[in-house]
Parts: sequence; C-alpha cells; structure tokens
Amino acid sequence: MSQITIFINDKEYKVESGQTIMQTADHLGYHIPRLCYHPKLSIEGACRVCIVEVEGVRNFVASCAYPVRDGMKIRTNTKELRQTRRDIVELILDNHPEDCHTCERNYNCELQRLAYSMGIRRRHFTGEKKHYDKDLSSEAVIRDPNKCILCGRCVRMCSEIQKVHNLTQAHRGFKTVVMPAYNMPFKESVCTACGQCINVCPTAAFLERDYTQELFEALNDKSKIKVAQFAPSVRAAIGEAFNLEPGRNMEGELVAAFRKLGFDYVFDTQFAADLTIMEEASEFLERLQSGGKLPMITSCSSAWMKCMEQFYPDLIENVSTCRSPMSMAGSLIKSYFADKIGVDPDTIYSVATMCCTAKKYEAARPELVVDGRRGVDMVVTTREMAWMIKSAGIDFLNIEKEKPDSPLGMSSGAGAIFGTTGGVMEAAIRTAYELYTGETLVDIEVEAIRGLKGVKEGKLTMDGAEIRVAVAHGLGNACQLLDIVRKEPQRYHFIEIMGCPGGCVGGGGQPYASVNAIPLDENALQKRAQALYDLDRHKTIRRSHDNPDVQKLYREFLQRPLSPVSHKYLHTHYHAKTPRGIIPRVELK
Amino acid sequence: MIDIQPEKLGELRQFITQFQGKPYFESNLIAVLHKAQALFGYLPREAMDTIAEAMNIPTAHIWGVATFYHYFNLKPIGKFVISVCLGTACYVKGAQEVLDTLRNELHIKVGETTPDMLFTLQEARCLGACGIAPVIMINDKIYGELNSKKVVDLINQMRKSAAKG
Repeated sequence: MSQITIFINDKEYKVESGQTIMQTADHLGYHIPRLCYHPKLSIEGACRVCIVEVEGVRNFVASCAYPVRDGMKIRTNTKELRQTRRDIVELILDNHPEDCHTCERNYNCELQRLAYSMGIRRRHFTGEKKHYDKDLSSEAVIRDPNKCILCGRCVRMCSEIQKVHNLTQAHRGFKTVVMPAYNMPFKESVCTACGQCINVCPTAAFLERDYTQELFEALNDKSKIKVAQFAPSVRAAIGEAFNLEPGRNMEGELVAAFRKLGFDYVFDTQFAADLTIMEEASEFLERLQSGGKLPMITSCSSAWMKCMEQFYPDLIENVSTCRSPMSMAGSLIKSYFADKIGVDPDTIYSVATMCCTAKKYEAARPELVVDGRRGVDMVVTTREMAWMIKSAGIDFLNIEKEKPDSPLGMSSGAGAIFGTTGGVMEAAIRTAYELYTGETLVDIEVEAIRGLKGVKEGKLTMDGAEIRVAVAHGLGNACQLLDIVRKEPQRYHFIEIMGCPGGCVGGGGQPYASVNAIPLDENALQKRAQALYDLDRHKTIRRSHDNPDVQKLYREFLQRPLSPVSHKYLHTHYHAKTPRGIIPRVELK
Repeated sequence: MIDIQPEKLGELRQFITQFQGKPYFESNLIAVLHKAQALFGYLPREAMDTIAEAMNIPTAHIWGVATFYHYFNLKPIGKFVISVCLGTACYVKGAQEVLDTLRNELHIKVGETTPDMLFTLQEARCLGACGIAPVIMINDKIYGELNSKKVVDLINQMRKSAAKG
C-alpha cells in the first residue's frame, strides 16, 4: 500500500493504492451507481452499471473491478457515461416483467430505485420477456426467475458466505436461469431455507412464502383462539421497516400491534429462550458429567438444523436435542397453556413472527409434531408482519406500548440476547455455571464471544474444570469451525451455531435494506445486536433460571429439566437427509 | 429410459482417480464430464451425482458447467445422431429443405430425440464437405448431395438396419 495521486472529475486526490476505483470513490464521497456489487461478496462485474471513464482507456471500465493507479484520471458523471449507464439499466429492464405496482418489493427494489436515479422516464427498447414457472415448492423460500436480472448476488451469497452451494447460473445467454442443480424444486434441493438469497436479491427473484392473507383470515376466525409469539431479533429490527434507524427496540409496540391485529394472547419467544437454556444447559452438564457426546452443538437455528442433516450427518449426535425456542413455545401453547385456560388445543391457532425464513420450514417438520398436532401453525417473517401492521392501518410508531401475557411472556435478559451471535452461548454459560458450581456467575457479560468475528472462542473455569466454547455465525463460518471439530473432537466442549450472518438479527426474514444501505450491512447488524444487549442490561433478571415463570412452569408441568415431560414437549430428534450437501475444499469459479 | 449401468459409474469413478492428489484437481471437471458423456451418450443425473461425490464438487456447480456447454447432452440421445449442416454452401444448396424433411419425417424438432430412441436431430455449422453440399452427418459418417427423397430413403434404411438389430 502506498500513496498515489488520482483525479476524479478533474479534482486531485491522494489515495491509498491497491483499491478499486469504486472503493476509492466511496471514500471520497462519490457514490458510483452499482447493482451486482456487494462488499461481502466476490467481484462479479456482470451488470456494468458501475462504469466510469478512465483517460487513455478505450472503453468505459467497471469501477468495481478496476484498480486505481498513480496519475489515473477518472470521470464518473460525463454525458456519455450517464447515457450509457441509462442504456444499460434500460436493457436490464428490457426483459424484466416491470410489474412494480403488483410486486412484493415495490418501493424496496434496487432495480426500481436505480431506474429512477438513472433518469429513465420513458422506454426506448422493447424486447423479449422471460416466461418461467415460479418455484413454489418450499415452505420457506420461493423463486421467480422472471424477475431475476442475473446479478449473481444470490449465487455468491449461497456459495461464498453460506457455503451451501445450492444455486448456479445454469444455461447461457438469454436462457440463463439461476436455479439449484438439475433445476430441482427448492424443497428437494440442499437449500437450508436461510433466506439470505432474499436479503441480497436486488429485485423479487427470491421471496419468502407469504402467509399474510391466510393470517388475516385466521385472525378473523371467531372460532379460534389466536396466540402470538415473536423472536428477540424481530423487536430489534422491525423499526427499520418503518424508516427508523437500526437498533430501536420495538417490543412494547409489537405486543400492542399484535393485540390490535386480533391476537387473543401475546407471548414472547424470549420466555421459551429461557426455557431452552434450562434444558440445553442441563443437557450439556449431563453430557459433561456422564461422558456423553461432546462437543455439544446448539440447535436453535433452523437453517443450521437442515444444513446439519444434509451436510454434517456425522455430527448428528453432537447436536443438542432441544427444540428451538419457537418450537418449545409452540408445544407449550398447545399443552400447558391450553390446559390452563381450559380449552381444546385444536381450537388454538399458534402464530410465530420470526426474523427467519427457515422457521417456516421448521414449523412444518414432522419430527416436531406432539400428540398429532403442530405446535406452531404458521410462521411469518419480520417483513410480513411489518407489512400486515401497515396494511391494517396500525400507527406503529405512536402506539401505546404493552406487555406480553402470562404465563409464557416474561423473560430474562439471557432470553433477549438469543437473537445475536454468541447470545445463546452467553445465556447458557450464565445458567450452566450456576447449575454446576452452585455459585452465581458474577461477571455475566462474556465479551470474547460477542461481536461479528466469524468464529469466536472462549474459555471458562467451573470448579477447576476448563470449559472451552466456540461460536460461529453464518453457515460458511460454521463450516470452518466444524472442520476443526471433525479433526480435533476434543478441542471444544460446547459450540453455538447460527445459520445467518450476525445470528438471528441478520435473519433471512428481516426488513430489506433501506434506500442508502446495503443488505446485511455490519453496522446495522451491530446496532440490532446492541438493542438486544441493552435489553439484557436493563433487566433485573438476567439469568434464565431466575425467571419466576420458568420456575413455575417446571413446578406445575415439566417437573425438572430433561424430565420425561420435558422430553416429550421440548426435545426432538434428527435424521440424515438427502440430497447430501457438498462443501468444496476450494472456491469454485 | 436407458438404465444406468453400475459398472459404467464404476469406470467413471476409476477415471477420476487419476487426477486425485494432483494440483487444481477440481479443474478436471470438464474432462470428467466428457468421459461421462462418452460412457452414457449424455450426462445422466446419476453420473453427475457420482462426479460430485468423487470430486467433492457441489452438484449445482456441475449443473452450471454441464448446461453452459452445448456439447453436453442433458437428455439421452438416439442411436443415430443426425447433424444437418446449415453452413453457407449447404444452405444455398437446399439444407433448409433437408432439415424440414427430417423434422416432418421424424416428427421432432431440432435438439429432440424420437420416442423410440432411434434418431436425434441436431444442427451443425460447416462440416467441411461443401463440395457435396447439402450434407448431413449421421453419427460419424457424412452423406452428401441430398434432397428430400434421398433423405427419406436414408432414414428408412436406418430404420430397417435398426429393426434387424
């Protein structure tokens, strides 16, 4: 790295070498338009929207891929460039359906914004459109190739960050389509349902399966008792769908909005997170003390669950048998709670609002059926719920805050931090330490496993025994960590894995990036996480086992952690599933 | 459908072992796909799954490569692969008529195979036999100076020879 001199639009700048024109221009306050570029992904150079003029170079160059050189004279906004960029975007639009007003991503579409900012006010070309069937096979993620503009972000996300490699650009030229191997339906593919393709898609080529109309209908059904639960990270992100800065905790507003929408009871998945910790910490200690399979790996993330069954069946025994908090809450709603209010569980309609698309898949897992019924009847994402709140005309930002209902509504600070990477581990440590040593852990904020580093390690000593823990978020990072586990099974005792970058706060169902933000911006992820850490810090009860409603639940119903009753309602099992996933040893281009 | 003989999949696995441990192992994918097509006449899913497993390459990546190159057949091909030359000389000498006759006679479009798995129809650019235009190639043999009648006769001959076994 050395200092070089470049000229942008005739102004002289001293900049660092070794960067692309786009990176340099970003620092200097010139935002060159872009489409296929994403800072976390490899350079594709496919869309050509980011072209600039470099003096002495015959053609315009893609600034995302072109390095700066000493003395380089760059122009970003000439008449010819503006015209060419506009033509490029027009040509991208040319085989796009252009059905903005009926599109799920209306107002949230990067292509739409780009077309507007390029000054496309009338169309010069009309060409052939694409006509492909939508893939509606999956409970979680649907694919509409007609809206795809072949920027390749989803393919890179799926293979580079998540290492799932479910997507490829198949065929060539005009006939290119992003699809899984053999054009298999998503349901039969290695897709983990994480939904990150939706997050990075600039258009609506990927979407979650939408249940909003069905939910509005269910909420109007007088014969049903409608019960809501919502994940920790929903409250930390939903404000963004209402143009708030990332990191505003909207818990009280959400509870109030659920009641206004017609839910009869509003519970908090954070309560079930506390319960998960009771079971998971107990399971860990049991494995530790009786020589069970270690390292134990957490099982809250549904994308990880599916990934594990298809990519890591050899590690099935390492994975905790605990259901996710959502599914624990679901089975309790239809048993303990139904009993408490004296109703037939089949009259209860149980709905979870999640930051996650994979939870839609999880809710439908046959392994989770208890007494012939699903615990969670429907899962909607943060995005879907934000839309429903708007559509129902609820003044979300000015609404009076409310508190969730008893008996599944009260939570500790440990339950809140479940939504961010490292949070489950931190919560588990708080409880496991006390269950094991009989003493209270004083310094409960475990800094080593906080933050956005891909793989984090920590250590703690319990009664002289050293416990080594590790945390990974995003399936690609998880893959790195699990490679270590396969080679050195003794290295860790306890591992947390979350399927999405940043943990649930970066889930596939979270609000789309706002106008001037990039999807999965680290800054936004950190702010969402901070909202949860603040929630934790402001609670008097910060350890799951201190939650009085959790204690009451054990007294009245579950008896004790890992009891046969707990096993029936709160635990599950896994199977190796096909098609088997393959993670290549090298990056394939 | 054609059955996938396990011994052919074994041969494919054997073929892959020669690249094992060599630098840029994964870059032999195209050579391996060629081998699979030589064995099966096309790329059956079983072959691609076998390659994925043996080379530790995700199936989606293999699918991307297999669909990109026109050389690779994704569906079983017929006993006789007919390539109709549409190069300039053949075109001037009536290649379009030859192609239309074949389409009508076989009731298939270009790129398709007859249900009896006898004929696959393809287009080709110049086959280098312009002196006897218009030409077609059936498997590896060139037939020249064709017209509609000669083409139909050729097809009937092929049918007869196939019926004899």
